[in-house]
Amino acid sequence: MRLEKCWFCSSTVYPGHGIQFVRNDAKIFRFCRSKCHKNFKMKRNPRKVKWTKAYRRLHGKDMTQDSTFEFERRRNRPERYDRNVTEMTLKAIKKIDKIRVDREVRHHKMRMKGKKAFEQQAAIKELENSIDLVKAPVALQQDSQFTLAKIKVEVSRSQPEGERMEE
Amino acid sequence: MVQYNFKKITVVPSGKDFIDIILSRTQRQTPTVVHKGYPISRLREFYMRKVKFTQQNFHEKLSAIIDEFPRLDDIHPFYGDLLHVLYNKDHYKLALGQVNTARNIVGKIAKDYVRLLKYGDSLYRCKSLKVAALGRMCTVIKRISPSLAYLEQIRQHMARLPSIDPNTRTILICGYPNVGKSSFMNKITRADVDVQPYAFTTKSLFVGHTDYKYLRYQVIDTPGILDRPFEDRNIIEMCSITALAHLKAAVLFFLDISGSCGYSIEQQAALFHSIKSLFMNKPLIVVCNKIDLQPLEGLSEEDMKLVMEMKTEAVKTVLAQGGDSNDEEVLLTMSTMTDEGVIAVKNAACERLLNQRVEIKMKSKKINDCLNRFHVAIPKPRDTKERPPCIPPAVLEARAKANEEKGKRKLEKDLEEESGGAGVYSANLRKHYILADEDWKEDIMPEILDGHNVYDFVDPDILLRLEELEQEEGLHLEAKADEEDFEMDGKELTEEEHQLLAEIRQKKNLLIQEHRMKKSTAESRPIVPRKFDKDKKYTSERMGRELSALGIDPSKAIDRARSRSVTRRGRKRERSLGREGADGEAMDIDDELSNKKLRTRSRSRSRSKSRPPGEVTPGEGFKDSAQKLKAIRIAKKSVKVRNKAARKGEADRVIPNLKPKHLFSGKRSIGKTTRR
Repeated sequence: MRLEKCWFCSSTVYPGHGIQFVRNDAKIFRFCRSKCHKNFKMKRNPRKVKWTKAYRRLHGKDMTQDSTFEFERRRNRPERYDRNVTEMTLKAIKKIDKIRVDREVRHHKMRMKGKKAFEQQAAIKELENSIDLVKAPVALQQDSQFTLAKIKVEVSRSQPEGERMEE
Repeated sequence: MVQYNFKKITVVPSGKDFIDIILSRTQRQTPTVVHKGYPISRLREFYMRKVKFTQQNFHEKLSAIIDEFPRLDDIHPFYGDLLHVLYNKDHYKLALGQVNTARNIVGKIAKDYVRLLKYGDSLYRCKSLKVAALGRMCTVIKRISPSLAYLEQIRQHMARLPSIDPNTRTILICGYPNVGKSSFMNKITRADVDVQPYAFTTKSLFVGHTDYKYLRYQVIDTPGILDRPFEDRNIIEMCSITALAHLKAAVLFFLDISGSCGYSIEQQAALFHSIKSLFMNKPLIVVCNKIDLQPLEGLSEEDMKLVMEMKTEAVKTVLAQGGDSNDEEVLLTMSTMTDEGVIAVKNAACERLLNQRVEIKMKSKKINDCLNRFHVAIPKPRDTKERPPCIPPAVLEARAKANEEKGKRKLEKDLEEESGGAGVYSANLRKHYILADEDWKEDIMPEILDGHNVYDFVDPDILLRLEELEQEEGLHLEAKADEEDFEMDGKELTEEEHQLLAEIRQKKNLLIQEHRMKKSTAESRPIVPRKFDKDKKYTSERMGRELSALGIDPSKAIDRARSRSVTRRGRKRERSLGREGADGEAMDIDDELSNKKLRTRSRSRSRSKSRPPGEVTPGEGFKDSAQKLKAIRIAKKSVKVRNKAARKGEADRVIPNLKPKHLFSGKRSIGKTTRR
């Protein structure tokens, strides 16, 4: 009994779920549910479908390379059973999981860094520019609490005063 | 072995049906159309064909009947006699003979009429010849319809006869009525014969099958026979007599020694002696039934004597075959109620029959052909020294040891048998595992943990790698701790600003939605022009509300809006007549006057008083009310005709439906539809 990965969305396929498709060239495609299966039949590329792991990894949304991924390697030769090794493995799995999850959280945080500042700037700008939807300029002039948008006005008084006087 | 199966005989139709079938077939399968204008040869051919066709069909069907019914002389004498007993040989032959003559007569009729048709000179004459021919043929068949009915009855009865193979191993059960023959039959075969307390429950022969030494035996149950002279016997008894006479079988003569069948042992013995001639050359066993009611030893002397007489007769038959006279095989006791001795009887009968048959086969010529092919070659001994087979001692020892071990070693099979058999015991496959430590044999290893396959992680030096990983992680954490996220510039928005921002965003959303709605309606739906504003969206109150929401005082704007309203403008002329001076300036200076004063001048009350229809208002141009009324009447009159034609106005010449269906299709209830 093995847990497999869905070919389309890369989620785990538990026993008793999903469909396996064997192509004529003997390549096996496993799907976790009919959504992935149908997308595959439509010949969609998982790298272009937003909600799949393949897309997320490709576009840097999720962690790609990490030493925690090295631990999970598919071995084709069965190892002889050793109780101590098994015990250690079981404990190690849990710790590795924890570390991996922490690292993913950190990755996400790095991505989201600077979002707050950006949002604030955007809010301030919007407030300045669109205040007249809520408050009429007349009212704003009277109540000088809010700053009006700085509109650049061309001033036509560019000639020196001496010349004007002559006219 | 030919199976005597009379089920395959085709149904014999009754006379009338027969005629119907043949005539309708003639009508369907020969050409039917003929005119008197055809050439004479064609007409003759047409009618000749019909006559011949009918004759051929009659011939076919009658021949089928004659062929399919068995000829009593050609089948096994057992069946021949049985059919004679049941149906009377003469009657049967007569019926078939009649069918045969009918066939010949029909052939002759056809021949004669065909000859006559060759010289028919008109359609009518040919036709009447054909009618006559067919009519005569049908009369012939009508005359034999009683025979046909009789044959049909026979056929139905024959189909239900039991399929007895006269040449195979058979056991025949006979005796008085009610002695227990059918119960015995039920016990040894799968046949389900009726067993009832009244005599003559079994009215015909029944067949069952039983096995002995891998061979199949036919067991035939007969109806009971009474002790009567041969001529007085009825059909049912004759059936059993026929079976006894013709079938080479082992005979079990049943004797009821308790007398509960209603007949004493003397009567049964009398019957035995009267039919013992039928037991020639057949292995006979006298069976005493119902010993649970009356044991054999408890019989009275006379009865015992009678029984012994019967036994000696039976022994005679054994001797006649050349067997040895041992008493056990000839007189047997049993009880079908308690099942005591039933199997013994069956085995004895089967054994005797088998031996007899084998002997006969040995004596016949055919077996010699087989025997000639075998030859067992035995070398001639050259001297009297004995030479047994030679086995080396090592082999003997090994054999002995193997036997001993087989006794000692416990096999899995033995273990399985001990622990409850195949379904209950499941072998422990882990017993023979080779592991570093023996205690680990019964360990269950998990295959899946937290969504991972454990097998993928298994590694002897996983601990080392885990340590390295944790060190790495520690380093990373330290590095991260140094960088604080100082994203806050300090330029935060206050509560009020947040609220305003929310309002701005909401308003923007609304605008976008409205625009989207308008965008979709511009092409697909016509927009109601503003003057038909049924929702009353564009009111001055609304404007006032929105302006105050924006923070401006709306009163001035409302006043300006009101002064420019249509209803106000409509009153312009009236006011200019009445109040020149004051109002001429009033329009210009309404900004300065207060709102209340303006309202009191009733400028927007154009609808507050309704006028009677004939009253002339100054701006209309009528002389007096009479003229206005006339004008109204003329207007209505001109509109009436148009309205009736459902026309919107003078210029409306639209015909909605140029070709209405009710005028261009369908029949008319009265009148012609030559024009549409």
